[in-house]
Amino acid sequence: MDIYLPIAEVAVNVFLILGLGGAVGFLSGLFGVGGGFLMTPLLIFVGIPPSVAVATEANQIVASSVSGVFAHWRRGNVDFRMGLILLLGGIVGSTVGVWLFTLLRGLGYIDLVISLSFVCLLGIIGLLMLIESLRAMRGRQVAKPKARPGLRTWRDALPLKMRFRRSRLYISALLPVAVGAVVGLLAALMGVGGGFIMVPAMIYLLGMPTAVVVGTSLFQIIFVTANVTVLQSVTNRTVDVVLALLLLVGGVIGAQVGARAGSRLRGDQLRILLALMVLAVAAKLAFDLVIEPDDLYSLGERSGR
Amino acid sequence: MTRTPRAVAACVAALLVSSTPSARAAQLVADLADHLVAITTGFTGADVLLFGATDSEGDIVVVVQGPRGPRSVRRKGRVAGIWVKGAEARFNEVPGYYWVGATRPLEDIVPDNVGALYQIGLRHLRLPAPTGVPAESVGDFRAALIRAMQRDQLYSSAPARIAFLGNRLFRTDVRLPANAPVGPYTAAVYHLRGGEVINASLTPLLVSKVGFEARVFEFAHRYALAYGVLAVLIAAMAGWLANLVFRRD
Repeated sequence: MDIYLPIAEVAVNVFLILGLGGAVGFLSGLFGVGGGFLMTPLLIFVGIPPSVAVATEANQIVASSVSGVFAHWRRGNVDFRMGLILLLGGIVGSTVGVWLFTLLRGLGYIDLVISLSFVCLLGIIGLLMLIESLRAMRGRQVAKPKARPGLRTWRDALPLKMRFRRSRLYISALLPVAVGAVVGLLAALMGVGGGFIMVPAMIYLLGMPTAVVVGTSLFQIIFVTANVTVLQSVTNRTVDVVLALLLLVGGVIGAQVGARAGSRLRGDQLRILLALMVLAVAAKLAFDLVIEPDDLYSLGERSGR
Repeated sequence: MTRTPRAVAACVAALLVSSTPSARAAQLVADLADHLVAITTGFTGADVLLFGATDSEGDIVVVVQGPRGPRSVRRKGRVAGIWVKGAEARFNEVPGYYWVGATRPLEDIVPDNVGALYQIGLRHLRLPAPTGVPAESVGDFRAALIRAMQRDQLYSSAPARIAFLGNRLFRTDVRLPANAPVGPYTAAVYHLRGGEVINASLTPLLVSKVGFEARVFEFAHRYALAYGVLAVLIAAMAGWLANLVFRRD
């Protein structure tokens, strides 16, 4: 059964989109990853124009992040103060990101930038995941740096220090602002939540306790992707709410199934599979960029309707 | 089975002939079964029936053109191993849709000068010169534009066959793909004899989004801020609902 998407202006198979949302949702429930970094390229493969894929995916991530944050909130695992500072950086970063997106779109380079960014991002993430999961299979754990109180690092020399009680930290606010800004930029340009950057940054760069990291990052992602959705809608009119709803429905159900399946299946084998899948998507994107197209000429996006 | 259409055609012909003062002027009537193609949920394209009658022998050629608008064509070039957008030609007044059909092959019934005059056939399609590219590559970009539109099924790759029922009634189906542009279309029906256009008839067609999709599209474009905020709220509520429904403690 086909449905006509009003903003994307293409007809897609309803079951394909539900299945796509369900599959990516399943992976996110299973591994605790956002899924945006897989969803956007997959939407592009299916025929959704890249600009619409990015903006609509940001919309969908609002839903999945809201759904996920409550569990952490109930257990008190959200550092709201830190979340607000990260958010500050995120709003600035994402606003600049949408401005950059609009600029590139006007020049006609946005498709290229999105593809290249995903090739780099997915390539790096896929490799890191593969290495980490291979190490986990062999029984070696990734060592986490131990916090040594009293030792001055470059971080302590930064100004504008604030106290973050929940995370038991006294660090410069500039660090979370910077992290949030980078994540916001990526959200605007690629339609990703950015958790895969924020979570390691929070652990290694900021030194936050692991328990609080996921919940706080979800908190930030909600508002940053909401900002991206509104800005993309106003500036580029690229948010397709019908597509977002279809993805949502599939995604939420898939995430629940995935979260439940996570306890029953072998984690490390699946992690390798996920890493390989991420690398496969990166490879396909890279391949499409490098092979000579069938026709050197192509039509630009239809303007002004 | 051929008697009835012939009888009808004869009647139509008689009516037409008797209603004109000059018996030498050929008569042509043509119409579309539907003048509105409504794009709704589940729109995967449409077939529009075009039919008509003449009162004398000859051939029928039909050209359907969609709304004209700006289109750009890009040529990719290789930069550091990657294929990126290079030169871009901006065309104005490009028909969003082009369909041509005839009762016999075009080259047999339409001489070049007539084709050029009435823009029958894609090679006679008149497009204003594009901006952004040097004059010598305009031909390549123009050919590329037509090729790309044919790939998208918006321009016909080969003229369709129009069937004559009996001697005077003709009918054909005009295929509109799912990505047909919204706006006013014109179907021009030409009656040719001996390489000359002896009569012509124009009939309009409107392709429009109606219903739910149209309202969403309009809302997104006119009230973009409210649309964006609403999209976020819907997503947030869906997320909250999902959490409520699937909560496990």
